[in-house]
Amino acid sequence: MISLTSLAFVSMMLFSIGAIGVIARRNIFVIYMSLEMMLNGINLFLVTFARYHFNMDPQIVSIMVIAIAAAEAAIFLSVIILLFRSKKSLDTDIFNTLTQGEKS
Amino acid sequence: MSTDLLIWIILSPLLGAILNGGFYFYSIKKEKVPDLLFALIGTITPLISFIITLSLFLRMKDEGMIFTQQLFTWLHIDKLNINMGLLGDNLSIFMTMFVTFVGWLIHIYAVGYMKGDKGFGKFFAYFNLFLASMLILVLADNPIILFIGWEGVGVCSYLLIKFYYGKAENVLAANKAFIVNRVGDFGFILGVITLFFALGEVDLSFTSIEANLANATPELLGLAGFFLFVGAMGKSAQIPLFVWLPDAMAGPTPISALIHAATMVTAGVYMVARFHFLYVDLESMGLFIAYIGAFSAMLAAFIATRQNDIKKILAYSTMSQLGYMFIAVGLGFYSTGLFHVFTHAFFKAMLFMGAGGVIMALHHQQDIFKIAQHRASLPIIGFTFLVGVIAISGIPPFSGFFSKDAILAAAFQEGEYLIWAMALFTAFLTAFYMFRLYFIVFVAPSHSSKKYVYTSKTITIPLLILAVGAIGAGFLNFPTIFGGHHLVDAWLVQLNSKTIHLSHSTEYILMGVSILVAAFGILVAYKKYANFDVSKPEEEVGLIGNKFYIDEIYDALFVQSLKKLSSFIDKVVDEKIIDSFIMNSSSGFVNIGKRVAMLQNANVRFYATFMLIGMMCIFVYIYFMLGL
Repeated sequence: MISLTSLAFVSMMLFSIGAIGVIARRNIFVIYMSLEMMLNGINLFLVTFARYHFNMDPQIVSIMVIAIAAAEAAIFLSVIILLFRSKKSLDTDIFNTLTQGEKS
Repeated sequence: MSTDLLIWIILSPLLGAILNGGFYFYSIKKEKVPDLLFALIGTITPLISFIITLSLFLRMKDEGMIFTQQLFTWLHIDKLNINMGLLGDNLSIFMTMFVTFVGWLIHIYAVGYMKGDKGFGKFFAYFNLFLASMLILVLADNPIILFIGWEGVGVCSYLLIKFYYGKAENVLAANKAFIVNRVGDFGFILGVITLFFALGEVDLSFTSIEANLANATPELLGLAGFFLFVGAMGKSAQIPLFVWLPDAMAGPTPISALIHAATMVTAGVYMVARFHFLYVDLESMGLFIAYIGAFSAMLAAFIATRQNDIKKILAYSTMSQLGYMFIAVGLGFYSTGLFHVFTHAFFKAMLFMGAGGVIMALHHQQDIFKIAQHRASLPIIGFTFLVGVIAISGIPPFSGFFSKDAILAAAFQEGEYLIWAMALFTAFLTAFYMFRLYFIVFVAPSHSSKKYVYTSKTITIPLLILAVGAIGAGFLNFPTIFGGHHLVDAWLVQLNSKTIHLSHSTEYILMGVSILVAAFGILVAYKKYANFDVSKPEEEVGLIGNKFYIDEIYDALFVQSLKKLSSFIDKVVDEKIIDSFIMNSSSGFVNIGKRVAMLQNANVRFYATFMLIGMMCIFVYIYFMLGL
């Protein structure tokens, strides 16, 4: 049996790697994948504790998260395509038109 | 006794002022209004006041009562209750009598003097307003209403001194008069406030102040008396606030006559007499007033001996005579002081009006030596001027002798020999400088051919009436030793003035001394100036010619130091400290803003970092603080 601590550690690692990916990477696809990784980290956490406490409610929540992530993926991918069409790039630092308009 | 007539004494000239002002506006905006209308309104309204006063005076004389009139409550704040009330007792009716009478004659004179002036209507509007303010001052039954009139005469004198506002020096003179008077007015306000609190916040009418005087501590009363006298210094041109009076000569001559004879400068003496119940217990304060008066009298007389401007000589003589009045009221001889106010009103009005006639005949020439060089033949003015000069010099039986001699005797009787000596010396100087003026202007040989200049009847007739007053007014207070009855003293018995009770021989000797001194002054003036070569005028040089440099000293002490202070505030405090503080703090805000704006850099990853940090903070808070 894998211990609770190691499972919780893995899920937290997943979440943290995802968070660092969101912050540190510039490619929108990589940011998206990091976001998914954070979601999966949370899912693993929920499932682990559901098993530990013999309570099925968190399992339902995790299934809902997966469903929402799938829906989100559809929207996210289409947004990424639109973004790429407008700037011919996936670098987030280029999408900075909210600054005072000095940079393009 | 309550009467409805008192207010009409004030309203009549006030109405005249409003009407004249209205017509004047009409005449400059629409079509010309004839000068005769202004003249009629201007001269009839003071006459109405005089007639009402005369009727009240006669009723008072027969029935021996005091008139009052309560109009309305003007202010009512907690314990401060100010009624718009008028008081016509012996003192105020006495003042009103000659203020309206002499004022009326000066109004008539002004019709001739201002003839053809394009501001004719404006002049009479101001003139009537001036008289109305003075009447408010005199008839007020509490110090607050008195103060309204007090400020009113200040404003009117300002308006009239700069009547010819085209010239910068006239405006400066008017400003000077107004500002110096403000110093005194501030003293007066402080005095009234002190009095209000010293008496335990009672009703502020003169009668209730008198009744509650015992409630107050002598120290506070002394302070109130001092502050009130500061007000009198300003209005009545005493040391140290006299500098405005000679400069006030910038206005047309009728103004000078009105300011010096009937209104304005006598207000200070009247005010002290009005507060006689306050000053009668303040011995040292009274002595202070008397000394201020004596020094003012002597200083002004000294300066007058070296002036060349005919009106300035008269201005300084007014200040000198006011000094005499303050000697009298300071020593407790209120009715004697007021009697001098009364006689002075006649001869000083006459002197100013005579001077105005001379100035007009010579096309606004005021230098006495130049007047002498181009002398004109003015028999009536010459005669009345001589009467005025004799009266002011104190030669019996002219009015000035009786009033001035009574003041000298009062100082002698009180044992204030220094004041007496100063006043006596001033009498010598007065005789000297007044006859210097007379001899140069009318007597000293001149090479020019005298030509007769017609003088308007409106100028000569008031002069002749005043001449009768200047000769005869003294007999109203004829000394007992000549079988007189002191009518003025008896009329003003309410003031509890001290009376002169010297032995007859002393009194004769004092009179003889003062006559001799005056005669000596005339003799010196005769020796020096009767055959003076007017083509070589005296220069205004030396200490006295430069008015003891008092204007310059004041300028250096107050004006320049204030200028330095204000430029210091402008250049250093404002620019360096306040401005730099404000500019630095605003640029500081701009800098902070720039730093904060760097957060909004449109970088998605940057935002994500903050989001995560924020969420983390919330979780930490929930975990540790709320213990979930």
